[in-house]
Amino acid sequence: MKKLLSVVAAAMALTLTFTACGGASTKNSSANAEKTGSEPITITFEQFSGAGDNEVYLKKMIDVYTAQNPNVTIKLQSFGYDDYFTQLTAKISGGKAPDVFELNYENFVSYAQKGALTPLDDIIKEKNIDTSIYNEKALNAFNLDGKQYGVPNSFSNVVLIYNKDLFDKANVAYPTDDWKWADAMAAAEKIRALGKDIYGYYHPITYHEFFKTVQQNGGNLLSKDATAFTINSKENVETLQYLVDMQRKSNVMPTSEQMGGMGDWDLFKSGRLGMIINGIWSFPDFARDCDFEWDIAVEPSNTQKATHFFSNSYVISKDSKVAEEAAKFIAFISSDKAATQIRLDAAWELPPVNDADIIDQYIQKTPPANRKAVFKSLDYLITPPVVSQFTEMQDIVTRHLKDAADGNVTPQQALDAMQAECQEKIQLTK
Amino acid sequence: MKSSKTTGWRTAAAFLLPSMIGFIVFSVLPMITLLFISVTEWDGLSELTVFSDFGGFMDKFFVGLANYTNILQSKEFYQVVGNTVKYVGLYIPLILLLSLAVATVLNSKIKGVGFFRVVYYIPVITSWVAGSLIWKWVLSPEFGIINEMLRVIGIEGPKWLQSSFWAMPAIVLASVWKDMGYFGLMLLSGLQGINRQYYEAAEIDGAGRWNKFLHITLPLLSPTLFFVMIISLITSFQIFPQVMIMTPDGGPGGSTMVMVERIYKYGFKYYEMGYAAAYSWILFAIILVLTLIQMKLQKKWVTYDG
Repeated sequence: MKKLLSVVAAAMALTLTFTACGGASTKNSSANAEKTGSEPITITFEQFSGAGDNEVYLKKMIDVYTAQNPNVTIKLQSFGYDDYFTQLTAKISGGKAPDVFELNYENFVSYAQKGALTPLDDIIKEKNIDTSIYNEKALNAFNLDGKQYGVPNSFSNVVLIYNKDLFDKANVAYPTDDWKWADAMAAAEKIRALGKDIYGYYHPITYHEFFKTVQQNGGNLLSKDATAFTINSKENVETLQYLVDMQRKSNVMPTSEQMGGMGDWDLFKSGRLGMIINGIWSFPDFARDCDFEWDIAVEPSNTQKATHFFSNSYVISKDSKVAEEAAKFIAFISSDKAATQIRLDAAWELPPVNDADIIDQYIQKTPPANRKAVFKSLDYLITPPVVSQFTEMQDIVTRHLKDAADGNVTPQQALDAMQAECQEKIQLTK
Repeated sequence: MKSSKTTGWRTAAAFLLPSMIGFIVFSVLPMITLLFISVTEWDGLSELTVFSDFGGFMDKFFVGLANYTNILQSKEFYQVVGNTVKYVGLYIPLILLLSLAVATVLNSKIKGVGFFRVVYYIPVITSWVAGSLIWKWVLSPEFGIINEMLRVIGIEGPKWLQSSFWAMPAIVLASVWKDMGYFGLMLLSGLQGINRQYYEAAEIDGAGRWNKFLHITLPLLSPTLFFVMIISLITSFQIFPQVMIMTPDGGPGGSTMVMVERIYKYGFKYYEMGYAAAYSWILFAIILVLTLIQMKLQKKWVTYDG
């Protein structure tokens, strides 16, 4: 009995030491070593935009970099967007943040404000990293209070994508870059009339889309200086009415019921949808799967043009022991000629660079034939507001939008409730 | 000469140790840590230095009881409690009745009882993710089987998960379907533990089926029923996967927001870890109080008598 007890006690003591030590962060062995060009260095790297199909291209970029810098090892981990932030939060709070990780523009502010990132300005100076190559808009997106915290790795926007064959069948003129909502709806109704299962238009009713669409009607979710919510304004109610009517009145857009769990991309690819408001990241997919003619135009609007701007960036953790090497690495994979060429050949979003040759190559690729519309859309870019409780605000907005889309409440009621809840929960301090 | 009593205690302790270690390391310590976090405005993004640098951590983030008062003053909290009460009010009666029915069926001498055992137990071992997805499909207003059947008898079914009134009942349905077999099996073992002689004696006295059930089965089954009630009440406050999958955004008008869903979102999505920690402790307090009340009440109606 005594023997058993002592064995158990020893085991218990051991377990406790292990778990107690688990909390202490292990120091990187190369931390204090003088960093020369030959010192072996490991950079841990986590990202989401190159998960799935695109990971191959990202690995190609990394291979090019490590071939040029044989002393560097890149440890890459990819996650889908849905799981990415949950696991990242847990790692950062446990003191195990990766050296380099990816943030989208909307989440970037939270991380930068909370001091989780290394400012890059000094390193950029010291290492002579050329930032003039970056697209200015994309680069400035990751600058907060005059400090550069990240480099853009890609940017993208949203356009109107349309099925030419359905337009021909319905005998309607193709969309132009200066279409108004009314033009789009008129065309959508004619296409809808082609058949019971053929729809005219698809406009996702989501936070991102709503934020942009209200601005196409001269509205906004926030006041000019972003200190107050203006969610239930007349313009915004009109906008939501326009979106809800698409589904519930004219039914040019299928309701979630009519979709029956099908995705909007699949509906378009099946050839039963006239127009879809969609990101340019869908081009490779559509080019591969659509067996009909399709093209793009700048999004229609009501009183003023407004288009989306999305961008992702690579940032460096504030605790990184290899910040300088990491900065060189992220500059390379986001802007080096070889890396952007890989991105371009894969048609994987837009490289965030001002290189005329690269842009020209992008425009030459078809389909869609009218790729100029992608750059034309850049003239009307709106950037989402800088709110540190972004995710929470997005969830509140989405919930009330869904309530209106499901027909439980009127647009006015939905936006009144949204306004009240945002005012109660979201702090709009700088 | 040791008394056998101490030896018994030591032997028991040795056997208990492995599970106690797990309990202390994975439950007690995190709970205490959480108590410290709940009085801070730690966001979950800065490093958690509560062990290595307690003073510094508290200096930086300490907010006292602000999280608790904010939660108890928020409209949302009362909506969450209201939603949970709605769930409990529907779920507990249904699960007790149906699992008792399941137990009675499985306890009878019908043919193919083994087959029924398997059928009732399949939902229990099904993952909640798969189960929720199936229910989402079954409850689809236009194409779902339930509304399809209602249409046959001339009723236009509700919009279920898209209606603020019916979303919670829909989640109750799915939960009852899943837990019925589990609690049914517990009650079955309770039924089988009842001595046949009681029934024989009652039959000699001319008692009918109903009387036997009321005066023999129920009292003798009461310890098991009580256990089922406590467990199901506790789990009612902890529902999570079915809610997250069937109504990921908190349901129409926030009608399916529940405690654990809020805790998860505040902690891991909204970067308000301190607030989430306080929410967890409030949840713990609620469950503790309810369980204590049940313990008090059980003295009145539970008979421990074989």
